[in-house]
Amino acid sequence: MAEIKVPVVRNILQANERLAAENRSRFDEAGIFVVNLMSSPGAGKTSLLEKTIEALAGRMGIAVIEGDLQSSYDAERIQKKGVQAVQINTEGGCHLDGNMIQIALEALDLAGIDLLIIENVGNLVCPAEFNLGEHEKITILSVAEGDDKPIKYPLMFQICSALLVNKIDLLPYTNCDMEKIRKTVRQLNPAGKVFEISCRTGEGFEPWLSWIANKVAEHRKNRAQACASPRMDKH
Amino acid sequence: MHELSIAQSLLDIIVDESNKHGLERINKVRLRIGELAAVVPESLTFCFDLVSRDTVASGAVIEIEKIAVTARCDKCDLSFEVKDRVFECPKCGEPVLEMLGGRELDVVSIEGETGENDG
Ligand SMILES: Nc1nc2c(ncn2[C@@H]2O[C@H](COP(=O)(O)OP(=O)(O)OP(=O)(O)O)[C@@H](O)[C@H]2O)c(=O)[nH]1
Ligand SMILES: [Mg+2]
Ligand SMILES: [Zn+2]
Repeated sequence: MAEIKVPVVRNILQANERLAAENRSRFDEAGIFVVNLMSSPGAGKTSLLEKTIEALAGRMGIAVIEGDLQSSYDAERIQKKGVQAVQINTEGGCHLDGNMIQIALEALDLAGIDLLIIENVGNLVCPAEFNLGEHEKITILSVAEGDDKPIKYPLMFQICSALLVNKIDLLPYTNCDMEKIRKTVRQLNPAGKVFEISCRTGEGFEPWLSWIANKVAEHRKNRAQACASPRMDKH
Repeated sequence: MHELSIAQSLLDIIVDESNKHGLERINKVRLRIGELAAVVPESLTFCFDLVSRDTVASGAVIEIEKIAVTARCDKCDLSFEVKDRVFECPKCGEPVLEMLGGRELDVVSIEGETGENDG
């Protein structure tokens, strides 16, 4: 018997990272802009999707992957809006991972799709560590959850490129301090955009809609340039 | 909850490295986990005990080194530790976008026994 020490230095999540990178190249080949939408249960992910699809589906091709512990209820809500939606049931798993996205992609027709939104499982902790191959992470916080959430669950608020503070129609009935949310998120994530919205009344939707539409357009433009330029490396 | 899938990924790496290096029993695994990583160490070691039962890593000690959050100001070229999760340069007060460390979830080393006899 010999006792030895093996230096390793490997990222524990490297297997998922590899799958996420594969997904990413598939998205890029197809020219699709992909968003990973995260929040705690009930913050308003599906409601945001419904309203966003209503406003933008005439201008771009949209598809949705719905992650849930169980049921296909959310995918049905999205299909009613006339876009493709695939349901993934994690059967108890608290987050989506790169592999689940690969399975869902088999059921999606990506032709003509400009924007793919992945609704993650409702959870403010676990999904933050698992990349899916998305271009942007977007987090929703509803005012009913309290203004201390960015301090208690920092990673979710640190990694998102946009935070949507939803249910602002309920502000008069809560003690949620919007300025405190803005300040904490600014300190934690200076580049992150903050939008205050209500999926019920539609308040605050204009800035959000133009931000996301812009992102999709920029992505399309960069891709067109990359294709046109002979000097660009092909992978 | 996701510590279970992280523990499983950790075990996969350990088994892979054990096969590569001919380890038959793992005594200790050293990890580096960033302060901002969404992982609770107690929960990870608990889950690891579960998933490693009846494997080469059964009973192995998991040693976790916590890594502070650090960032770099590109105006001052200053690297510093981020205190209280405020990503702001302590010198010029500007918001800082470049994180250097604090999200690690790494295996650093594995210690164990090979089946070979000495001499
Ligand atoms: N008052 C108010 N209610 C809202 C708003 N947005 C969503 N809701 C309600 O909040 C509840 C949850 O909304 P969903 O859109 O299903 O939330 P979700 O994040 O998709 O939930 P899960 O998928 O279960 O995690 C529903 O009853 C919505 O009608 C809002 O802006 N204001
Ligand atoms: Mg939903
Ligand atoms: Zn500075």
